Amino acid sequence: MLNILRSRCISQSHFLASRVQKQLRLSSSIEHTLRVRKDIDHQRELSRQGGGPKRIDSQHKKGKLTARERIDLLCDDNSFVEYDAFAEHTCTDFGMDKEKYPGDSVVTGHGLIRGRLAYIFSQDFTVFGGSLSSIHAKKICKIMDEAMTVGAPVIGLNDSGGARIQEGVESLAGYADIFLRNVMASGVVPQISLIMGPCAGGAVYSPALTDFTFMVKDSSYLFITGPDVVKSVTNEDVTFEELGGAKTHTTISGVAHKAFENDVEALLQLRDFMGFLPRSNKDPAPIMVPSDPWNRDVPGLDAVVPLESTTAYDMLDVINSVVDEREFFEIMPTSGKNIIVGFARMNGRSVGIVANQPKVAAGCLDIDSSVKGARFVRFCDSFNIPIITFVDVPGFLPGTAQEYGGIIRHGAKLLYAFAEATVPKITVITRKAYGGAYDVMSSKHLRGDKNYAWPTAEIAVMGGKGAVSILYRGKSNVEQYEEEYIRKFGNPFPAAVRGFVDDIIEPRTTRRRICEDLNVLASKSQSNPWKKHGNIPL
Amino acid sequence: MLILGTTSNVKLISKIFRSFNGSLQKEYGRRLLSSFYTTDPINKNEKTFDKILIANRGEIACRVIKTAKLMGIKTVAVHSTVDSSALHVKMADEAVCIGPPATRESYLNMDKILSVIKQTGSQAVHPGYGFLSENAEFVTILEREGVAFIGPSAHAISGMGDKIESKKVAKEAGVHVIPGFDGVVVDEDHCIQIARDIGYPVMIKASAGGGGKGMRIAWNDAEAREGFRLSKQEAASSFGDDRMLVEKFVDNPRHIEIQILGDKQGNVIYLNERECSIQRRNQKVIEEAPSTFIDPATRMAMGQQAVTLAKKIGYCSAGTVEFLVDSKKNFYFLEMNTRLQVEHPITEMITGVDLVHQMIRVAKGYPLNLKQSDVPLRGWAIECRVYAEDPFKNFGMPSIGRLHQYIEPTFIPNVRCDSGIEEGSEISIYYDPMICKLACHGLTRQEALNTSVEALDSYVIRGVTHNIPLLRDILTERRFVEGDINTKYLPEVYPNGFLGKQLTSLEKEHLISIAGCLWATNELRSQNFSNEKNINIMLNNNVQEWVLSIDVGGNKTACQIKLDEDGHFKSSIEGKSYRIPNAFNLASPVIKAKVDDETHIIQLISKNANGNFRIRYKGTPFTVNILTKKSENYKAHMLEKPKVDVSKVVLSPMPGVVKSVNVKAGDSVSEGQEVLVIEAMKMQNKLTATATGTVKSVNCRSGDTVEEGAVLVELE
Repeated sequence: MLNILRSRCISQSHFLASRVQKQLRLSSSIEHTLRVRKDIDHQRELSRQGGGPKRIDSQHKKGKLTARERIDLLCDDNSFVEYDAFAEHTCTDFGMDKEKYPGDSVVTGHGLIRGRLAYIFSQDFTVFGGSLSSIHAKKICKIMDEAMTVGAPVIGLNDSGGARIQEGVESLAGYADIFLRNVMASGVVPQISLIMGPCAGGAVYSPALTDFTFMVKDSSYLFITGPDVVKSVTNEDVTFEELGGAKTHTTISGVAHKAFENDVEALLQLRDFMGFLPRSNKDPAPIMVPSDPWNRDVPGLDAVVPLESTTAYDMLDVINSVVDEREFFEIMPTSGKNIIVGFARMNGRSVGIVANQPKVAAGCLDIDSSVKGARFVRFCDSFNIPIITFVDVPGFLPGTAQEYGGIIRHGAKLLYAFAEATVPKITVITRKAYGGAYDVMSSKHLRGDKNYAWPTAEIAVMGGKGAVSILYRGKSNVEQYEEEYIRKFGNPFPAAVRGFVDDIIEPRTTRRRICEDLNVLASKSQSNPWKKHGNIPL
Repeated sequence: MLILGTTSNVKLISKIFRSFNGSLQKEYGRRLLSSFYTTDPINKNEKTFDKILIANRGEIACRVIKTAKLMGIKTVAVHSTVDSSALHVKMADEAVCIGPPATRESYLNMDKILSVIKQTGSQAVHPGYGFLSENAEFVTILEREGVAFIGPSAHAISGMGDKIESKKVAKEAGVHVIPGFDGVVVDEDHCIQIARDIGYPVMIKASAGGGGKGMRIAWNDAEAREGFRLSKQEAASSFGDDRMLVEKFVDNPRHIEIQILGDKQGNVIYLNERECSIQRRNQKVIEEAPSTFIDPATRMAMGQQAVTLAKKIGYCSAGTVEFLVDSKKNFYFLEMNTRLQVEHPITEMITGVDLVHQMIRVAKGYPLNLKQSDVPLRGWAIECRVYAEDPFKNFGMPSIGRLHQYIEPTFIPNVRCDSGIEEGSEISIYYDPMICKLACHGLTRQEALNTSVEALDSYVIRGVTHNIPLLRDILTERRFVEGDINTKYLPEVYPNGFLGKQLTSLEKEHLISIAGCLWATNELRSQNFSNEKNINIMLNNNVQEWVLSIDVGGNKTACQIKLDEDGHFKSSIEGKSYRIPNAFNLASPVIKAKVDDETHIIQLISKNANGNFRIRYKGTPFTVNILTKKSENYKAHMLEKPKVDVSKVVLSPMPGVVKSVNVKAGDSVSEGQEVLVIEAMKMQNKLTATATGTVKSVNCRSGDTVEEGAVLVELE
């Protein structure tokens, strides 16, 4: 359009020139205009085709969608607006100047997910294996900058072979530019990475810096160095899947937060997941118009905690029964399983759930579960998402493995995270709350707003047996003392009389109580002392 | 609380709970349909026991407690450790723990129960059914201790307990028994002679027989001759014993039983019949009263014979005389059950008599107020036994789990639910997997059927697999509706096992349309945030129309859903269109969906972002996958993931306890060889090798508790 206008201006300014001249000029100008328009269409089409039909076909054969297909599926129909479709790399070495693709190896822009704005980049494996060139990095940086000024989440769909080796240090600079923005955006807008192909070397640090890293099973890998290098350095034989597949990172390393079956499921799930997150740190937790009555009793909760206090139960039963429509988006469901974290809705409002899982290792806190919990709590606090904590914790896991691994330092992370959080914090002690772990789990003392105990709650320094063995060391009729101890501390009263729990509630009323409290606490305003930033024990 | 280790703790918790639950007890009392009991209602002025103990658990314990409460009798419940917070424990005025879960150590432990009777000062014991209900020794001890047994005398129990003995007594009392020749048949001619005496058809069977071998049915002399010869040969080769018996063959037998009621004064009345022909593995599934098959004359004849038998043995409580009835309405005594039957509610519904009330009265020594002519037969009642079991496996394999949501359809008029569980209850491997007896009453059979179907559709049971799909299907199956049933009904109607509701094309299109609307409803609300501006809506880009691909059981159907201005969804499938009001609440446990003029009661069991919606429709849960055309197209590129090879492993088909392991690593096994036995809910299940090969590993030991789907044995 602009070109046409300009050509008209030009032609008019030369109106008085000779007729022949004018006609020549006109014809060449029209030709030019038409050519430019054609070029635009052509380049745009080339850009759309990425690495071309052959490479698209090979991507499909691997069970993977292309960068554009992924965006199409992630966004509402026709809502994606692309940036920099004409951007090209600037490398001239190694014959690269002869091979250029408009848009290069990444598609960027913004789109709507269920009507809500998000910035998206999607690496295109069909163009130079999705490798990161300087223009690739610039395109990503551009949308990240805009996301921060507008206040909207950034979603990265990663599928890249790594640095563009031909570009050398330019590529490394590109990575660093992205890392810096990841750090600057951290706590400002939600950042989500979905690993849908390889992501190796320096590239892994961008997902690592984002809030959530999801992976696609069997087709995505994350590692610092690949199996070949591993073999040459440490002589270990390891497959791609073992070294950095979805299973490894969601069960052993804890690097990824969840894995999905394939591209389609991953993107559909991501659409749902985004509904839990606010647009930015300046926005409240989203409230979806609720269908599930907020004040319904849940009679099943009365019987969920076994009467025998040594018997395990599934804390997911409690969570599912309390939240709206039993919908719980669990984060890291397969690692650090003795703590459960994830998102749900209460009367439509997005909330973060943190809960000990008595079914796994009695629900104790150890290194993995502390770190898992801490990171989740900090995310919720950053983005104004209220935190609901269900407590059944016998304490920290003892042993040399834990002590040598630094349970003191890692446990302190969870303590730090709960203590520093200023979002509404509601805590329900379902059974055990022993020792230091009681303090850690969003206790009243760490500024818990509403702390409740179920009738089955036992809040004490430790369990009966342990306490008696210290208090009555060497005494013979230990059982009698143990019974006395249990009678005294094996119930919620000691905490309730001191105001450390606000009330002892019927389990069946838990949902109603939490929904009411969330309403009351919606206007909670609390801030920490001014500081440059705290020093969490990393 | 006799045996628990951490007694004080449990006590304290129970105390705290009790303070909350004070109001609960009243609520349970109201659940009883006392409005049905109009024939001889409870007379509050009649003196009765002060306190009774119920030596049972589950629904029957609750059932007895309800009537006891109405009569003003205090109740004592006994329970095992796993039943500590069971419904019957909550409902009773007192509860005592009598042992660990195993029934031998708790509910069958007479010493424990006797000590609880003394400890609590109970004057009488109601045994329910099962457990100690037909244990003559228990009754004898009670009689000695001066505690009333709410049931028949020890003499009656032992007399009817032995099958051969009871047949003899019945024969003496002039009750029809299956005619047959008690001695050994000498030869073919002898066989024919006996057969003629008994009357054809006859069953010729080996004395040592079993498993259908050495067995022939003969309808005439020629068949009898040949049948005798063949069966004798077969018996000789199969069992090494060729002695033959002949008895009347009951063709297309129906299982019909007469409820009787006697008192200590020698009065006995009958309360009409119950038809219990729908059975699987000799366990009743659906019962009805009266029977479609019995005319008043037969009813009276059966009733009178039952009464004669009861009088002969001095029967003084509620009891049941079971008959087999052949296609010509000949009836033959089968056995007598000297207890309150599981299916007694349907008799109560058609007669208005509270059987538990009557049992307590006669146990106290009162004569029956009712004469035979006082017993009405009003309307029709159908009982469905709702079990925690998977009906798709062998018409029912036990399942366990926690009922995270449980809503009984008692809000529907004329529906009665007898259950011993509530929301949050755990269905464990230790006891009978029955969830509830759903009894529905109507003025006519069709009315009772309609109510039953509505009740089953509205019944919310989440957390365990249940048999409602099968029950719902039987109630709408042609043969059942016409009353054409017999004890072989299930294998005849479902020769390949129960495969779920088979949908007609219209039913399927209704399901697809409903599923599409549920999906669209979810889609619309998922972008409806009350504290955010929705950019889509601002851009006036709000979609009201979706092109979907809906997969039911592997068949994909294109379906277009459009939200019209008038508040209706329009669903278009292959040129046809359906109108459905836009009024779905996805959080509601039961959803009414009106497709054109037909209203379906459906349940949305679960849904996820991948488009998998699990919908209970016409009783059966269908997994419906709903994708937009866009997603569907992209999904075509996804690779099929290799499935885990299950041909080389033996999986546990259900949760249970490993009874015995018959192989060890390194053993070679052949296909079909028994490798281990799993016990669940009193059922022993043999697991066999899936292939011939060498055992690689055995992952369980005898006594282990295993979950469904656990890999127990791996082959190389």
